[in-house]
Amino acid sequence: MSASSPTSASPSASGAAPLPAPLPAALPHDAAPLHVTGQARYIDDIPVPGNCLHLAFGLSEVAHGRITALDLDAVRGADGVVAVLSAADLPREIDVSPAAGDEPLLADGMVHYLGQPLFLVIAESHLAARKAARLGKATVEELPAILTIDDALAAGSRFEDGPLIWSKGDAEAAIARAAHRLEGSVVIGGQEHFYLEVQAALALPQEGGDMVVHASSQHPTEIQHKVAHALGLAMHSVRVEVRRMGGGFGGKESQGNSLAVACALAAARTGRACKMRYDRDDDMTITGKRHDFRIDYRVGFDDDGRILGIDFVQLARCGWSMDLSLPVADRAMLHADNAYFLPDVRIESHRLRTNTQSATAYRGFGGPQGILGIESVMQRIAAALGKDPFEVRRINFYESAPDAAGNPRRDRATETKPGAGRQTTPYHMVVEDSISHELCEALAERADYAARRDRVRNWNAHNRVLRRGIALTPVKFGISFTLTHLNQAGALVHVYQDGSIHMNHGGTEMGQGLFQKVAQVAAASFGVPVEAVKITATDTAKVPNTSATAASSGSDLNGMAVKAACDTIRQRMAAFLGEYFQTGDVVFADGMVRIGREEITFARAAQLAYEHRVSLSATGFYKTPKIGWDRRRGRGRPFYYFAYGAALSECVIDTLTGENRLLRVDILHDAGASLNPGLDIGQIEGGFVQGAGWLTTEQLVWDARGRLMTHAPSTYKIPACSDRPDIFNVALWDAPNREETIFRSKAVGEPPFVLGISAFMALADAVSSCGPHEAGLEAPATPENILAAVARARG
Amino acid sequence: MAQVSFLLNGDPVELVNVTPETTLLNWLREERGLTGTKEGCNEGDCGACTVMVTDARGSRAVNACILLLAQVHEKAVRTIEGLSGPGGDLHPVQRAMIEHHASQCGFCTPGIVMSLAVAHSNGRRDFDTVLAGNLCRCTGYAPIIRAAEAAARAPVPAWLAEDLSHLESYLEERRKQAPHRSATDVIALPRSADELAAWYAENPEATLVAGGTDVGLWVTKQLRSLGKVALVGCAADLRNIDIGEEQVRIGAGASIEDFGAAMAGIHPSLAELIRRYGSVQVRNAGTIGGNIANGSPIGDSPPALIALGAWLHLRKGDGRREIALEDFFLDYGKQNRAPGEFVEAVSFARQKDRLRCYKLSKRFDQDISAVCGCFNISVENGAVTSARIAFGGMAATPRRATQVEAALHAHPWNEATVKRAMGAFASDFTPLSDMRASAAYRLETAANMLMRYFLEDQGVPANVLEVAP
Repeated sequence: MSASSPTSASPSASGAAPLPAPLPAALPHDAAPLHVTGQARYIDDIPVPGNCLHLAFGLSEVAHGRITALDLDAVRGADGVVAVLSAADLPREIDVSPAAGDEPLLADGMVHYLGQPLFLVIAESHLAARKAARLGKATVEELPAILTIDDALAAGSRFEDGPLIWSKGDAEAAIARAAHRLEGSVVIGGQEHFYLEVQAALALPQEGGDMVVHASSQHPTEIQHKVAHALGLAMHSVRVEVRRMGGGFGGKESQGNSLAVACALAAARTGRACKMRYDRDDDMTITGKRHDFRIDYRVGFDDDGRILGIDFVQLARCGWSMDLSLPVADRAMLHADNAYFLPDVRIESHRLRTNTQSATAYRGFGGPQGILGIESVMQRIAAALGKDPFEVRRINFYESAPDAAGNPRRDRATETKPGAGRQTTPYHMVVEDSISHELCEALAERADYAARRDRVRNWNAHNRVLRRGIALTPVKFGISFTLTHLNQAGALVHVYQDGSIHMNHGGTEMGQGLFQKVAQVAAASFGVPVEAVKITATDTAKVPNTSATAASSGSDLNGMAVKAACDTIRQRMAAFLGEYFQTGDVVFADGMVRIGREEITFARAAQLAYEHRVSLSATGFYKTPKIGWDRRRGRGRPFYYFAYGAALSECVIDTLTGENRLLRVDILHDAGASLNPGLDIGQIEGGFVQGAGWLTTEQLVWDARGRLMTHAPSTYKIPACSDRPDIFNVALWDAPNREETIFRSKAVGEPPFVLGISAFMALADAVSSCGPHEAGLEAPATPENILAAVARARG
Repeated sequence: MAQVSFLLNGDPVELVNVTPETTLLNWLREERGLTGTKEGCNEGDCGACTVMVTDARGSRAVNACILLLAQVHEKAVRTIEGLSGPGGDLHPVQRAMIEHHASQCGFCTPGIVMSLAVAHSNGRRDFDTVLAGNLCRCTGYAPIIRAAEAAARAPVPAWLAEDLSHLESYLEERRKQAPHRSATDVIALPRSADELAAWYAENPEATLVAGGTDVGLWVTKQLRSLGKVALVGCAADLRNIDIGEEQVRIGAGASIEDFGAAMAGIHPSLAELIRRYGSVQVRNAGTIGGNIANGSPIGDSPPALIALGAWLHLRKGDGRREIALEDFFLDYGKQNRAPGEFVEAVSFARQKDRLRCYKLSKRFDQDISAVCGCFNISVENGAVTSARIAFGGMAATPRRATQVEAALHAHPWNEATVKRAMGAFASDFTPLSDMRASAAYRLETAANMLMRYFLEDQGVPANVLEVAP
């Protein structure tokens, strides 16, 4: 066998190894024709048996207390109600938490937050279930509710025994020695996912007690696991299928467990199909959101703004259950450095337990909060020294990676000699792939940063009411699940005798285009057009033991697993064809297979292989190499590589009202050798706007009793169309990943979210133009928070 | 129960026994199995349920989730399933959405496509406004706008252009077969203000449904029964907008969208306020009468109309009375309206345009005002000759700032006067803190709005929406 690799490559702009067709084509999302015609099916669109039942939860009206009585008579008597279940009616303790075992499906004695499900209504219609759910009467002996970070600190209410502390060097001494010192706090709000499709699940009872569940979930294996446990079944008796989600963003990593388990329990009990979808207000009241944080810092730096020592205290409000809070808070610590070398550093992380919704995964998974901390420090240092914040940022960047030839690059901003060690993170991993200098300088040049900064200054000198701000901020985002064993994926690929290909893997599609990217990988592996590859729903019966589609890992893991499966089949076909045609050269390209001087269609090749009893089905498996670390000590290599990017934002604020607008944004982002530039740019544009929304219009407000007041789009404002910047330039930094990822691409789901921080920093820049004092702009930068910060800046 | 007839994706639908609480969305999805139209929020804020409704007044986008099924009586409805051509040809908007990567998760996409298809039919290119009521969480909107721009160049497909003529011939045919039924036991379909007046006087306990953008939420969120309802939208004469030499009179049934368009030529700042009121879908359904009659302290049109010195025309049976608009709002949830009495129109005198309306909210488009301040200050020879200033969001009702007005009146129009008058806001208002804003912020910005009015009058830039990149 001299070759069985696909060819017909298109050259990559970077001049690196060319990608085989149909990579890196900007093909549309595979389901786009279904989306635009209304044919794409979500959970609530799946045809169900005529006797399908519908579920709703009755919710707690208090934030903390002991249930002394639960009167459900009116619920049971309501029109259309088939059954009502409380914790006492369940066959066993039913837990819906991802790991900690601390989330009963229905409150069991204690209530831990306002909105916690107390009982389950099973009814003939969605509306009947919703109406009946409001008729329950819980008598609750109220206990003091711990709602805020300060409440939790005062009460010592936390997960884990105490704070997790990581350090490198001696931050205290370095700060003390430094020529300049600052301290401060960064207040960071949470964020509602606002996936357009609410949480939903559908359970279909099968013969012999088996259960099939359709869920809007990023984690079908976890659904399978939780449903099996709830029903007292082995996992092999439960099959979970996920064709697509109407948005996930982390909100469907663990938050869908309750619905799937409730549906399965009700279906097992009634023998009828059961469906549950939250009304939007219920969804926002019940489910977890992004963790809000306060980050306190003390920093010492030199005259140039170079950080010498820094100490962070990260306070994360985790809500009532542990959920994914530990790895979220870990990732906030892991991104406390962002793109900056911190020579002596200490990071202390508190995971605070409160009587609020259990904060959960959300795009970036704590990373954005950690990064907002250090970016706020950069802004402060610049203000203290009267320097351009971009200059301060550059001088602190990690030293660049060696160039393609392996030669060390000169560290332009710092003039530090190569190898001087400005590459070690606070968790003692060496950053080998930093391109922050090159990428940010390219963006600054392309977007005319220096001249525009002068224009902004000039505008502010001449405008009484309206002030402009500008900021260029970088992102360096670590790629891999920090729980190392999750970095694995499986795939199942069949080639049928007509040459059509069935592709399946453990990743889920939530809009990010994963299925299309991976289909392109499969098509490239066989040298066929992407139309030859059938994308199929994620299914726990096809690929077992999958990890959540999370941590931006979808394409990296599943692309590799699918490629492995395809390679296996292709090699079998090539071996057979070489033997059959008595020649060594077998090339798959352009829908054809060339065997020496023979050329046959791929379909014919499949037919021949089938007729000669060659297996045309294979699994594929992948595990990320090189990683491994100790989260307790904060040492090791949690990440396979880093994804980089930078955004330059310019905004204007009104100092009479705090109203503000994003005027122009330029982005340069590193997706490695992009598998599909169209989809990747979509992730970058969408991620930026979502990140900017987090830090501007999106404000979660709880009242003094712990009721979430912003529980619908009428009161919780995600960006609308006109909130995107007037000028919005997005380009890819087109260079291959140093590491051997799938065709040297890079993960692109979460990193661009962080670019939204540049919008916040531009607003902070505009605010700081109003006066000499520290403004302490709080996130989100609502008009009210901006006006308050303007007042502080003026002193 | 009522008999409801309409065209759905070109085909006639005749329904009997329609209950008032049946929404168009639930009927489409649950009865018709047309699941392309999505429920995203069930309160008219996300637009995933957007459908196209056509009648003699044209085609418009509305939210199906809070539209009562009976409201589409004698109209043509198109859903996403009916947007492609008979042979499956994609609408230009659909094609462009695919080509420009404008869908990701796809859940908002049917609503986005319908909003853009309506805009395409109507030749609109103001896409930020067209899409203000369609939330997308994935794309950041940029590719959607690229798709909209690309599709705008293509002609309107024939199959859509024919909707109105099909509707007209359908209605013609129906009139021949069955005489018009003006009212049933539960749902009344009054054809005129007179019919409404007569019916409502006899059924004063009934619910009047104009656009349903508020009543729809009673159904979808409060899970209330409506009892008897009258669909005010059937009364064509209530929709008249008359801009005369002396006065402007707006029928209570005029849509907010039509009201905004009518204001563009005479009070552009009010038109801009209305542009930011709800979304296209909400403005197409909601009416000026509904916005006044529901008595909300945060409705945006009352403060503007009060600042213009508007009068409210109330009617009960054959009896009519007029009151100053500000006198209609007695207290939170309490209006000066008798049982069986309804808002027939609102009017104000033609005047030199000195009106400026400032709406403060966390998000510019499709947000409820934290503070809505409307200023109408006339200046002659350097002195204030009249000042009418009214606010929403500052009290339990829309209310005038009488102390501020007094502090301005007859004083020189200068910064010193303005600063002094700013101090009077605290005597006029004691606002509340809520999830939209704190009391202190409301009071501070209400006063700052007066400064903005003054500075803008002096030509000083003070509006972020007018800044070019």
